[in-house]
Amino acid sequence: MFENFINQFWPATVDGISLGAIYALIALGYTMVYGVLRLINFAHSEIFMIGTIAALYAITTIGVSAPLAGISLIGMLVLLAAIGAVVSGSAAMALEYVAYRPLRRRGSSRLAALISAIGASIFLQQLFALLVIPKLFHRRQEGGRLPVQAPNWVQRGDVISIGDFVVRNDKLLIVVGAVLMMVVLDQVVRRTKLGRGIRATAQDAETAVLMGVNIDRIVTATFAIGGAMAGIAAALYLMRFESTDYFVGFLLGIKAFTAAVLGGIGNLRGALVGGFTLGLIELYGSALFGSEWRDVVAFSVLVLVLMFRPTGILGESLQRTRA
Amino acid sequence: MRHAFSRGLVAAAAASTLILSACGGNNSSGGSSSGGGGGQPASVKIGFMGDLTGENSGIVIPPKNGATMAIDQYNATSPKTKIQLVPYDSQAAPEQATALAQQAINQDKIVGLIGPAFSGESQQVGPILEEGKIPSISPSATNVTLSEKGWKFWHRILPGDRIQGTGIGEFIARALNAKKVFVIHDNQDYSKGIADFVTAAVKGKGATVSTDVIDPKATDYSSTVNKVKPAAPDAIFYGGYYAQAGRLLKQLREAGVTARFLSGDGSLDPGLAKGAGGTNADGAIVGCPCLVDPTGTSNEKSKKFAEDYKAKFNAAPAIYSAEGYDSATAFIEAIKAGNTTAEKINDYLKTIDVQGVTKTIKFGDNGEPAGGDVFVYQFKGGSYTLLGNSKDAKVS
Amino acid sequence: MVSRTRDQIGSGLDGVRGLWARAPRSARWVVYLALVVGAVLLPSRSIGSFMTPESDWPTVLFYPIGIYILLAIGLNVVVGQAGLLDLGYVAFFAIGGYMMAVLGTKLHWDFWEILLVGVLASALSGVVLGAPTLRLRGDYLAIVTLGFGEIVRKIAENTDSIGGPRGIAGIPHPPTLSQFEIFGVRPLRYGVLDPRPYYYLLVALIVVVIIFAKRLENSRVGRAWAAIREDEDAAELMGVPTFRFKLAAFAIGASIGGATGVVWAGKVISIIPANFPFILSATILAAVVLGGSGNIPGVMLGAFLIAWLPERFRGLQDYRVLAFGAVLVLMMALRPEGLLPSRRRKAEFAEGGGGMGSLGAEVGSARAGEPAAVGQ
Repeated sequence: MFENFINQFWPATVDGISLGAIYALIALGYTMVYGVLRLINFAHSEIFMIGTIAALYAITTIGVSAPLAGISLIGMLVLLAAIGAVVSGSAAMALEYVAYRPLRRRGSSRLAALISAIGASIFLQQLFALLVIPKLFHRRQEGGRLPVQAPNWVQRGDVISIGDFVVRNDKLLIVVGAVLMMVVLDQVVRRTKLGRGIRATAQDAETAVLMGVNIDRIVTATFAIGGAMAGIAAALYLMRFESTDYFVGFLLGIKAFTAAVLGGIGNLRGALVGGFTLGLIELYGSALFGSEWRDVVAFSVLVLVLMFRPTGILGESLQRTRA
Repeated sequence: MRHAFSRGLVAAAAASTLILSACGGNNSSGGSSSGGGGGQPASVKIGFMGDLTGENSGIVIPPKNGATMAIDQYNATSPKTKIQLVPYDSQAAPEQATALAQQAINQDKIVGLIGPAFSGESQQVGPILEEGKIPSISPSATNVTLSEKGWKFWHRILPGDRIQGTGIGEFIARALNAKKVFVIHDNQDYSKGIADFVTAAVKGKGATVSTDVIDPKATDYSSTVNKVKPAAPDAIFYGGYYAQAGRLLKQLREAGVTARFLSGDGSLDPGLAKGAGGTNADGAIVGCPCLVDPTGTSNEKSKKFAEDYKAKFNAAPAIYSAEGYDSATAFIEAIKAGNTTAEKINDYLKTIDVQGVTKTIKFGDNGEPAGGDVFVYQFKGGSYTLLGNSKDAKVS
Repeated sequence: MVSRTRDQIGSGLDGVRGLWARAPRSARWVVYLALVVGAVLLPSRSIGSFMTPESDWPTVLFYPIGIYILLAIGLNVVVGQAGLLDLGYVAFFAIGGYMMAVLGTKLHWDFWEILLVGVLASALSGVVLGAPTLRLRGDYLAIVTLGFGEIVRKIAENTDSIGGPRGIAGIPHPPTLSQFEIFGVRPLRYGVLDPRPYYYLLVALIVVVIIFAKRLENSRVGRAWAAIREDEDAAELMGVPTFRFKLAAFAIGASIGGATGVVWAGKVISIIPANFPFILSATILAAVVLGGSGNIPGVMLGAFLIAWLPERFRGLQDYRVLAFGAVLVLMMALRPEGLLPSRRRKAEFAEGGGGMGSLGAEVGSARAGEPAAVGQ
């Protein structure tokens, strides 16, 4: 058990951080919506899935003659990320309008909103499995639940190779991309008027209104930004795995939400910390106990952390991000 | 006001009770006979049960097509007793399967069932079929414990996981000369079953085995890949289905693992090559107790079957489609011989000995098919071809 | 027009509630009796041909309808009465099921003995889950309970001594109590082909649990739960030992879930870990909220609809689950307080809070039907 762990330490670290970066980007969407609305947006996992479908459709339509590397890889990645961000962001805004706004208007309980979120999640999964995937990729209806393959567009190669510490180009790009988006988002929230509006709404919606903030616009923007982050995560995911299916959001969503809670829900940097931490825990746990115990280890650590730090590792909330 | 309310309520309650008791209470428990006395019925019903609309429908629809084709061919000969195939979509959920089985026996009065397609639902449906005295032939449920329960009405057309796993394991030891084998599965009933038998067979031939497990719902298998790489095995066996097998193979190859990749019948699908991407699947070997012969090279019957199937469904025969055809053939032969009640059909199945597309259709006392060969197939360029029988096939 | 119809139906349903509340005791008992008789007569063919034309009605009555109803009543104790968000309720169902499976196949205990032990074991697991986690705030509790549900399932999957992914088969039926026959049915003979004896057993259990839950609700415990649900800090300040009562809610809810698991395993005779996925927890939660969390008739109605409708519309095949998701969203948009909310809950809603608190970013008085005044 321990010799496994030592043998695999560096690969587990690299893979853990790479996986964690995807968790972190998706976690951003959960944590932002929660900070502003106190809602667990269960359907966020499907927003991610929609992003992967969009990116996959794009790369299939654009087509590549040979797997890309270097600058062309980064260029294609940026293009796919932009497409994913637009599609997922729009989907998130539509989701908010259809599933949550009516409840906000009526002053419903969070529990009702949670059920609506679950319903929306189920609906979107099935919609894509039954209609969208078969139509987009020209399959018979049964084929809608099967994985969709992207053409092989990534030329993989090791960027860093020092003994056991090997970093492949796609894994490195994922981490760089996630950290970059985190920095950008942090700047938006701290310095722009929109960001101040988001923070104000998260802190105290009634007072924010009194100060002239348009709540509906803020909520829409929050969903859009969270969705865009998921869309970017989708492009990175597509680079790493070159395939997707209608169900891909389910497990990733639960893990990302766990990461958000782990880092401190409502806290942007918490999402990053939580994501990386969870990724590492999963990989180290697998190395120690065997991959079948991955999830048990992850959730057990979550409970342990919450027992000693009940608001997560970083604990702070969106509203208290230092200006 | 209150009195009126109470009285009205009592009246309503009494009335509804009377009405309900008038319609309620009639029951015919366990009736399984169809077509009563006096001559053969014009038509009997045979059910087909499996996951027709869910995630794994890809390996259930081909056998349904095969069965449909067999029955349509039979009905076209204007027989005395026609057969109607009734589909039951269980989505591989045992709870749905049991309700459907009850419905099939009590309401629809089927005289036989092709299926259930998967082992999990077979476990729960089996006792119901036993007590209802309905014979069943499964085209694809391969769990070994199913034949060990002493069921008299249960059969399957293909050998179980023990035969398949042992066959593949011995192939690995003999044809690949592997001394170090890495066995991976996704911790589902079928997957673990076949992986365990492969492990036992390979160990029995003196190889060392390491194992790991993946989560079928996840996409990232890096922890498994990180285990396989330092172990440097001669062969890797994956127990499970093609969607995960393809993904695993892709990630292994991308990490630089070049060892030979093998899998069981759940992976016998072009989806394995698609999932692996590019040429990653070339050289992968997949075993199956089934005979899939799209070009009809193995025997005359399978050639005709492939041609008819292509003409009817506009697609090449896929995994288990020939098994579905043979399962239906068994019932058809029974009905041709004049047996139209469930019990008589079951008695006939005890003695049936007919040449089918995949093998001789003959059952042992426990419902297992007599004689079970395991065939191995090799992938190249997006599809697979028959390599031969696992006992003597060679790799190039 | 939609809102007018919605309001009409809503006031209709509320009218039924009002009628019930004003009815005298004797009237209520008559209705209870009629309901029980109705339940007994329910699994008839003629009703079945309307209710589920494509699958066996008595089987469906047992599972999913009866089982969902019992699970919803149990979850209602946790979510509806104590106001704790539990996303992993399926774990207790699983523990009950595995108790029956393991004790039945390996130790050959009797069904009734296992039922008792199963209830105690699940209650214990509720305490084990709750002790480290009930101090957490609502949404953290949600993710932790979700994790617990997954942990239980994974442990079942990974532990070969209790069957691993293959699960356990050959679970014994409850022992046949007597062979007496009435109207062509042998209600105490637990065989394989006839689901009705199990259904009657389930009805008996449901009646017992309802009586138990109702008594709890009207007792000191229930009042403490209401206080915790409405404002935990205030309750704590008023001297209510909130942690202990929350733990009790968990344990009681867990024991009901466990009992359900035992009965279910005794009928299906083989269980696998895949029988207990997260989506089942989500479905039961949806049943509770849809029906009107906090009150028993409401959650029973919610569970009945959620269990029955997909079976009724089997003809839709694939689109069943799609429709299910859409219905959830629609129902919450149209009537978020549920079909039969208790009057207390309606009052809580009117105050713009209650239970889980209201959706954030709300402005002004969040009265039902009144749009946010500012920020259009």
